[in-house]
Amino acid sequence: MDGIIKVLYDMSASMILPTTAAFAIAAIGLNVHFGFTGLLNMGQAGFMLIGAYGFAISIGAGLPFWAAFLIAVLAGIAFALLLGIPTLKLRGDYLAIVTIAAAEIVRMIGRASVLNDVTGGSNGLPGENFRNPFSDLSFFGDGQTTLLWFTFDNTGVNGWWSRAVTWLMVLVFALLVWLLMRSPWGRVIKSIREDEDAVRSLGKSVFSFKMQALVVGGVLGSIGGVMYILPTSLQPDSMGRNMTFLIWTAMLLGGAATIFGPILGTLVFFATRIFVQGGMRLFVPDEILNTQQTEQFSWIVVGVALMLLVIFRPQGMIGNKKELNFNV
Amino acid sequence: MSNAVAKKQGTKSAAEYRAELNKVPHKPGSHKPEAILTVDNVSRSFGGLTAVDVDHLEVQRGVITALIGPNGAGKTTFFNLITGFDTPSSAKKLIGGPSSSEAAKWEFNGRSLGNTSAAAVSKQGMVRTFQLTKALSRLTVLQNMLLGAQHQTGENFFAAFFKPVWAAQEKANTEKALALLDRFKLLEKKDDMAGSLSGGQKKLLEMARALMSDPVMIMLDEPMAGVNPALTQSLLGHIQSLRDDGMTVLFVEHDMHMVRHISDWVVVMAEGRVVAEGPADTVMSNQAVIDAYLGAHHDTDLGDDKFLTDTAAVRIEKEVVAEEARSKKTKKK
Repeated sequence: MDGIIKVLYDMSASMILPTTAAFAIAAIGLNVHFGFTGLLNMGQAGFMLIGAYGFAISIGAGLPFWAAFLIAVLAGIAFALLLGIPTLKLRGDYLAIVTIAAAEIVRMIGRASVLNDVTGGSNGLPGENFRNPFSDLSFFGDGQTTLLWFTFDNTGVNGWWSRAVTWLMVLVFALLVWLLMRSPWGRVIKSIREDEDAVRSLGKSVFSFKMQALVVGGVLGSIGGVMYILPTSLQPDSMGRNMTFLIWTAMLLGGAATIFGPILGTLVFFATRIFVQGGMRLFVPDEILNTQQTEQFSWIVVGVALMLLVIFRPQGMIGNKKELNFNV
Repeated sequence: MSNAVAKKQGTKSAAEYRAELNKVPHKPGSHKPEAILTVDNVSRSFGGLTAVDVDHLEVQRGVITALIGPNGAGKTTFFNLITGFDTPSSAKKLIGGPSSSEAAKWEFNGRSLGNTSAAAVSKQGMVRTFQLTKALSRLTVLQNMLLGAQHQTGENFFAAFFKPVWAAQEKANTEKALALLDRFKLLEKKDDMAGSLSGGQKKLLEMARALMSDPVMIMLDEPMAGVNPALTQSLLGHIQSLRDDGMTVLFVEHDMHMVRHISDWVVVMAEGRVVAEGPADTVMSNQAVIDAYLGAHHDTDLGDDKFLTDTAAVRIEKEVVAEEARSKKTKKK
C-alpha cells in the first residue's frame, strides 16, 4: 500500500515539476509550428538548447537576469531566421530534415572540446553557474511551505518559486497563443497548413507568415530551454533528438492545434511514465526486470504509445478530429 | 462594390468596352484598344515539351474572355505563368538567357509583372481560381471567405493580439462574406468545414473567396466543371454581372454552350500557341478550331433521339463493316 501511495505521490510531484512546465512551453511552441502552421519542426530541442546556451553563457559573462533572458530570446529568433530563410520555400518534409540536422549541429558545437571554456564541452554547465540571479528575484522568502501534500523550499534550487514562475509562464503563453489563433493572423497561419497555393492566390505572402510562425514557436522553445536548465543543469546530451521526440509525443498526446493540448499532453506524459516505471518496480520482481530495465521499458511504452496514438487517435486527447488529422 | 470597381477602372461602361471589340481583327495576337493584360514571348518548356509558347496576346478590359483549347494545350500552364505560380522558361535571367527584346514580359493594368510572386500578383488585383479546387478543408466555409479579404489589420502579427484593433474590420468583412455566400447558395453551409462540401460547392466557394478581394481581373480555371445545370445558369448571370460592374473575366472552360453564351471574346490555344481569336461565333466556325478541338459534330446533341434514326443506324453498320474489312486486309499483310 505504501508503495502505491509513493507512486501516486511521485506522479503528482512530477506533474508540477518546473522541468515539466518548461517542457510544456516548448510543446506550445512546437504546436504553433506543427499544429497550426503545419511546419514539421523535428529540432525543437535545438531551439531549447540555443536558448539555454544563450542564457547560461550570458549569466556566466556577468549579465543580469533580464539581459540574459533577452539574449536567449534573441538567440531563438536568430536560429529561426537562419533555419527559415533557406528552407521555408521548400516543401514541408525538407524543413524536418534541416531542423533535425540543425539541432544536432547546435548540440555538437556545444559539446565540442574546443569550446570547453565557454560551453563546458560535453559536461555542460552546472546549475550553480547561472541559477542564482533567478533565485535572487524570488520574493517568496526563506523556509518551506506545504501545499496539499507537497512540501518544498520557498526559493531553493527546486522550490515553489521556480514552480510558480514556470507554470505562470505556461499559462501566459497559452493565453498569447489563443489570442493569436483567434485573430486573422491565426486564420492565415491555419490556411497555410491546409494549402499554401490557395493562400498565395489570395495575396498573402506565405513565406513571411511561415517565418513569423517559425520565430514564435522557436522563441517559445528557447524560453522553454532556459526554464528547463534553471532547476537542473545544462547538459547538451540530455537535450538531443530524444527530447524533440518526447515533446512531439506530449503534443500529439494532448492534441495538436488546440490551446491546452500541449499542456495536458505534457502532464499526462510525465505522469504516465512515472506510473509505468513505478508500477513495474512495485509489481515486477527484480529477477525479471531490474530498476534500470524498468526505466528502459517505460521508454518503450512511450514509443508504442506514440505509434498507437497516431494510428488510432491522431487528434489527441482533446483535439477536434475534424480539424486535425494526419494525411495518411 | 460595383461603383467602387467601376471608378477604379476609368469612366467607360462595360458596354463601351465590349463595343470596342467590334473593330478588333479576328486573328491571333490582335491589338485591343483597351488592353488590361498584355503578354509577350511567354514560353514554358518541361524538358523537351513546350507546353506554352505565346508570342503576343492582349486581353480587353471590362469584358469576358474565354480561353479554350484541347487538353494539354497549355491553358492552365499559361494561367500559372501569368499569375506568378510558375516562371516562364523565356524569363529574363541574370546571366545568359534571352535578350531583353525576346525575354518574356507581361503587363497587367499598366504594371510590368515579370518576376512577381504569386501573392504580389494577387495583391495587384489579378486573382485566380484553380482547376483542382483548393478549398482549405479544415477551416469553415466562413473562415475560407474571410481569408480572401485584403488589407486586414489583424493579419499583422502585433495587431493580432488586440482584438479591438481589428474587430470592426472583421465585422465588415464578415458581412461582405455572408452576402457573397448567399449569392453563391452556400449561406447555410457557412459553419461547416470546407472539406465536407461537395466538389461543385468547393468550386463555388473558391470563386466566392476570390471575389472577397475585389479583384480587377478574375481568372477562373474551369469554373463550371461539376456544377449542376441550374446553378450554372445563375452563376453565368453572376459572372455577367461582375463584368457589368467593370471587372475583367478570363476563364478556361470546355463547356461550349457556356462559352458561347457569356463570352465576348474567345481565344483558342492548341499545342501551347494561340491559334485563333475572335467572337464566339466566328471562332467556332473556324475550320482550324473545329479540326483541332471542337470536332465536326460539336453542335450535335449526342443524347438527342432524332439522330438515332434508321438511316443513321444503317450508316454506322456500313462503317463498321468497312472498318472490319480494312483490318482483315492489314492482318493478311
